[in-house]
Amino acid sequence: MKSGVGVELEHLWIRFGDFVAVRDASVKIEEGEFFSFLGPSGCGKTTILRTVSGFQDPSEGRVLIGGRDMAGTGPNKRPTALIFQNLALFPLMKVWENIAFSLEVRGVSKAGRRKRADELLDLIALPDQGDKLVDELSGGQRQRVAVARALAAEPQVLLLDEPLSALDLKLRQHMRTELRAIQQRVGLTFIYITHDQGEALTMSDHVAVMREGVIEQVGDGKEIYDDPATSFVASFVGENNAFSGRVTSLNGSHAVVDTEVGALRARIATAARGTLQQDDNAMVFIRPESLDVAADGAAGDHTLSARVVNEEFEGQSYHVFMEAGDGGSPIKMSLTNRGQAHISSIGGALTLAYDPDQAVALPQGALSDQE
Amino acid sequence: MAAAVRKFIEKNGVGMAVFMTLAVTFWIMVLIVLPQLTMVDFSFRFKLPPDAIGGPQDQWTTTNYEYFIKGNPGNSDGWNRVDVTVFTRTLIAAFFVTVFNFIVCYPIAYYMAKVATGGWARMLALSLVVPYWINEILRAFAFRIIFGDAGLINTMLKTLGLITDSIDFIRADIALYAGLGYAYILLMIFPLYSAIESLDRNQVEAARDMGSPWWRIHWRIVMPFAKPGITAGCTMVFMLSAGALAAPQILGGPSSLWFTQIIYQGFFEYFNWQRGAAYAIILLGSCMIIVLSLTKLFGGKMGEIGR
Repeated sequence: MKSGVGVELEHLWIRFGDFVAVRDASVKIEEGEFFSFLGPSGCGKTTILRTVSGFQDPSEGRVLIGGRDMAGTGPNKRPTALIFQNLALFPLMKVWENIAFSLEVRGVSKAGRRKRADELLDLIALPDQGDKLVDELSGGQRQRVAVARALAAEPQVLLLDEPLSALDLKLRQHMRTELRAIQQRVGLTFIYITHDQGEALTMSDHVAVMREGVIEQVGDGKEIYDDPATSFVASFVGENNAFSGRVTSLNGSHAVVDTEVGALRARIATAARGTLQQDDNAMVFIRPESLDVAADGAAGDHTLSARVVNEEFEGQSYHVFMEAGDGGSPIKMSLTNRGQAHISSIGGALTLAYDPDQAVALPQGALSDQE
Repeated sequence: MAAAVRKFIEKNGVGMAVFMTLAVTFWIMVLIVLPQLTMVDFSFRFKLPPDAIGGPQDQWTTTNYEYFIKGNPGNSDGWNRVDVTVFTRTLIAAFFVTVFNFIVCYPIAYYMAKVATGGWARMLALSLVVPYWINEILRAFAFRIIFGDAGLINTMLKTLGLITDSIDFIRADIALYAGLGYAYILLMIFPLYSAIESLDRNQVEAARDMGSPWWRIHWRIVMPFAKPGITAGCTMVFMLSAGALAAPQILGGPSSLWFTQIIYQGFFEYFNWQRGAAYAIILLGSCMIIVLSLTKLFGGKMGEIGR
């Protein structure tokens, strides 16, 4: 099996008439890494994947695979294999014929094709299923057949277009682990498209978060989650409580922002350091799990007060839903269940505290509209 | 059975159930089965003067079928050279018209189903349908004019300096094959179109992504998927070409006969309805056998046609 090669996008623009699907995207994907494009539907991530696979031509900019410019190279000539969202297995062929289709194209003898298909069926833990029809397999099995079919083409880059979206939750979580394991076993470069941040964070070495055709941030899972570069990334990846306001003071790596719940101190995101100025419009993001009930009498710029609207007990954790002040922004706090009593009665006031290092200050910007 | 009947009545109401039963029975019995049975009955009887019908001479016989093979007793060939030759040629010609039709229509159907979009696709479909607003016989005559000695094609070829003398398209039967091919083009395109249309575009892209050249994509992915449509289209075109009368009558060369013309002669020139009926049954039976065996050969199922 060939090893993976790197993929580079250089100032990629893709337009459909007046609509700009991808804006000036530049990203360098290292060989053998699991790279995800994460974003809401319509953000241009699938377009990028189709451009890498060769089904879409860039309007401007270049795609390099293994250092070679791919302009003018069709999808059938690129060292990539694409796994479609609906898998696109061939329903009239047997499982092994599906897997061996790329070998058939290359003129490999029937015995050779069968042998390779059986090897790949072993790899995906579906031995002896080769003579079935695709329809006779379960969703998860079909998923794995699609992976095997793509691997049979001996690609250097495997492209996956939300292949898990049709599976139920449990199977999806299982397939995440499995995909990641396959990727590490075969050592190929995987480019994965998803709108599910859980998938992106668990599987990827690096994630590019996209919004309206623009790559907003590239980083590993922890960077994306803990140190978002824009307010969109902060609100799209994971849950976040957002408070808008104005910067009242800057102090090295921290800023104090005057918000509807009072002054809030937060670490300035790496991407905003040096650009966020006094009196700028800014936002403070505090994760639900970073909030806690304040000790009695606590006050200052790392506390806020809220009114409890609802509480959900989920077993491993409590989720407390609140609003800032009276009828202000919604606030969510998640507490790990360590056997403590319920937090508070509904309608009651509560003072919350957080560690300013765990909160992030960013320039005011668009938020994710997903709920 | 009784339960099925009760369910049918419950689902449709008594009035509707009775009407549907009667309508379907009428359609099948009066419009399909009885006329065909009459033809079968006719084909096994002697040609008799009216007053002898029902008399002692009115017996079952296979004379008409024997005539198709042997011809008149004591003819010089020992077999019915003319009729058998025309019959064979008709079936072979209809077969090639069907193949030719498929080759022309498949790319058009694929283009309409998977490549053309929006208004352009509708425009294309319309431009295929509009010519069929004109009567079949008028269309055949139009072809005769186009392919005639001083017709459009000969004039064009002469103007371009490619030929000096007119080509006799009619005598060479080119006009006939073109006319037959054109007459049933829609019956080929639409089954193909509707079959290909339901193919997931990703299947084609997946095959392409795996390095497949275009012809293999069609051979391995699109055509197997469209097989019910191909079967339906080819069956209709073959049956109708073999059974066509107007186009061979108008476009056929002076020396070429279509088997339907011989059937026609049997009925209306020799007033031998019995022989005409026998010939019609021979044609129908042969066509059905050919279609069924070809369908079986290519692994299709007749039931899939209705899909």
